[in-house]
Amino acid sequence: MSRTSLDLWVGIFVAIGIAALLFLSMKVGNLSAGSFSRSYSVEAEFDNIGGLKVRAPVKSAGVVVGRVSSINFDTQTYRAVVVLAMNEAFEFPKDTIATILTSGLLGEQYVGLEAGGDAAMLADGDRIRITQSAVVLEKLIGQFLFNKAAE
Amino acid sequence: MTSPTQQALVSLRGVRFAYGEREILRGVDLDVPRGKVVAIMGGSGSGKTTLLRLIGGQLQAGQGSVVVDGQELGGLGREPLYALRRRMGMLFQFGALFTDMSVFDNVAFPMREHTRLDESLIRDLVLLKLDAVGLRGAHGLMPSELSGGMARRVALARSVALDPMLIMYDEPFAGLDPISLGIVGQLIRRLNDALGASSIMVTHDVSESLEIVDYVFFVSDGRIVAQGTPDEIRASKDPFVHQFVHAEADGPVPFHYPAPPIMEALLGEGATGSRRDRRAVQ
Amino acid sequence: MNAIAAVLRRIGGGVVDGIWRLGFAARFLGLLLLLSGQSFRRIHLTIREIYFSGVLSLLIILVSGLFVGLVLGLQGYETLQRYGSSEALGVLVALSLTRELGPVVAALLFASRAGSAVTAEIGLMKTTEQLKAMDMMAVNPIARVVAPRFWGGVISMPLLAALFSAMGIFGGWLIGVAFIGVDDGAFWSQMQSAVDFRFDIMNGVIKSVVFGIAVSLIAVFEGYDCTPTAEGVSRAITRTVVSSALAILALDFVLTSFMFRGQS
Repeated sequence: MSRTSLDLWVGIFVAIGIAALLFLSMKVGNLSAGSFSRSYSVEAEFDNIGGLKVRAPVKSAGVVVGRVSSINFDTQTYRAVVVLAMNEAFEFPKDTIATILTSGLLGEQYVGLEAGGDAAMLADGDRIRITQSAVVLEKLIGQFLFNKAAE
Repeated sequence: MTSPTQQALVSLRGVRFAYGEREILRGVDLDVPRGKVVAIMGGSGSGKTTLLRLIGGQLQAGQGSVVVDGQELGGLGREPLYALRRRMGMLFQFGALFTDMSVFDNVAFPMREHTRLDESLIRDLVLLKLDAVGLRGAHGLMPSELSGGMARRVALARSVALDPMLIMYDEPFAGLDPISLGIVGQLIRRLNDALGASSIMVTHDVSESLEIVDYVFFVSDGRIVAQGTPDEIRASKDPFVHQFVHAEADGPVPFHYPAPPIMEALLGEGATGSRRDRRAVQ
Repeated sequence: MNAIAAVLRRIGGGVVDGIWRLGFAARFLGLLLLLSGQSFRRIHLTIREIYFSGVLSLLIILVSGLFVGLVLGLQGYETLQRYGSSEALGVLVALSLTRELGPVVAALLFASRAGSAVTAEIGLMKTTEQLKAMDMMAVNPIARVVAPRFWGGVISMPLLAALFSAMGIFGGWLIGVAFIGVDDGAFWSQMQSAVDFRFDIMNGVIKSVVFGIAVSLIAVFEGYDCTPTAEGVSRAITRTVVSSALAILALDFVLTSFMFRGQS
């Protein structure tokens, strides 16, 4: 094995290895969709977040516009504080409504945003004031039974 | 030895060495004068290879001093030791050629590692060294394609690649046929004189060594028991030297490993032997 | 009573021996890192080792990756279609490969293909006194022989793991989309929305780097530390494969529990 052909083989190996890494990052991991793009964070308080997890998508009209970056518990108000990392490309009015929704009957939970009509836009560190909590199945059934009994 | 100490290239004084509990050397005094070929002889396991390792700095003496070219080896750091080793060459028992390199690259190895010579100059030097051992034509072969004698000669060319001041040989004749043995013996002498180096040779091949060396040390049981020029050795009346030179089976070096008398061992077996021994007899 | 004492003595001896070797390996690693600068200055030595441990492992990695992907595709489809969600096949294949199977299986193959070869090579050099001869020529064998082999392995491992995962995903796609007929768009889009670059891809790469360090260190250490006889070398090779496999699986558990704790 002469030195030049050895170098050539190592070069080919490193090149296809890096190509595989790029394939995994771009095509599989979807890096191009802006995992590294700049984002601004917005807070939203919920009475109940149900099964929402960190990294769950934030969607508006079905399009992913951000991700849940952290979930905390406010000991003053006893409510959940969800921090959303929003893609900087998408701006929303100040009176946007955040709802916790479920994709499909048993699917994962995500945060849905419904744009309002305010002229001012949400900026980094702002708080969404109007929120709607997750639907909890037990509560729903309880309400249903209560209504039936009342009839 | 008659030569004064300051002229000696290597001098050992009161050297003791032990592997754990097992004492190998029990106080060795030895001088290697510049420009001479010296042989250290002795039976297997007498500690002569250990002596060579001490001089090469591969082992540290437990007690006593090992001085090479005016430098005490005890407690020498890696850097100064390596600087000293660049001026030493060592031929290992079976050559120890690098099996993944050709003959040429083996001989070029020390030059490429330690000098900044350009490749064309290295090529000339390597071919010169190989020519000196008569193997210039074999420079393209791999070590696996060489016979034992040829491998030894290539290793010899490699150990003198940097024109060392001291060349050490560990059993240079082991496993060689009579012709190769003669060739290697002559090469050791010729290279030593051509380079103006000094050589230390550890061997138990008496007749071949006596032909080429200037001085002989006999080691037995961790001590120097006899020394002298080849002529003195041949004429020696010392019983140990006599046994060694004439290859007698019994003498001061006993045929038997120390053991109780054989009759005692055989007869006393039933009374003192372990259970396993009894079963073996049945 | 005596038998119990003998067993305890054996256990004690084993533990003391193990700890001693661990300490020796740690010192060896320190020395190796210290001398790596010397061998990096002559990068061609390391490139040569990337050829021997990386390029020569390429075939086994690619073929195994393809087959693992094919099996994942088949088994995953069988299970997913019962719940009517066969479009999630891409997610299943990609997540199992990038998070676990890629780094782990590639490292296991790497240990048995390249690790054992490195141990055999260094062990044989020790047995035939080549390392001692090098040391006597004032060339440090750790810098000249050990360090390039170590770094060659560390550099090759993440690339091989990525190739394994990519090949496996291709195998899953081949079975799912080309043969069974899962929708191509759904296969990729579901995969892309579920696989996260930082959490899944990067963590997989980190795993393979850690495995590469572990396997390479074990391989060079076992070779350097072996008893210089034919039997000693063969035992060192066995030890390389066995302890690499154990180290990979144990490290995988530790890394996984740190990386994916609190994730769904």
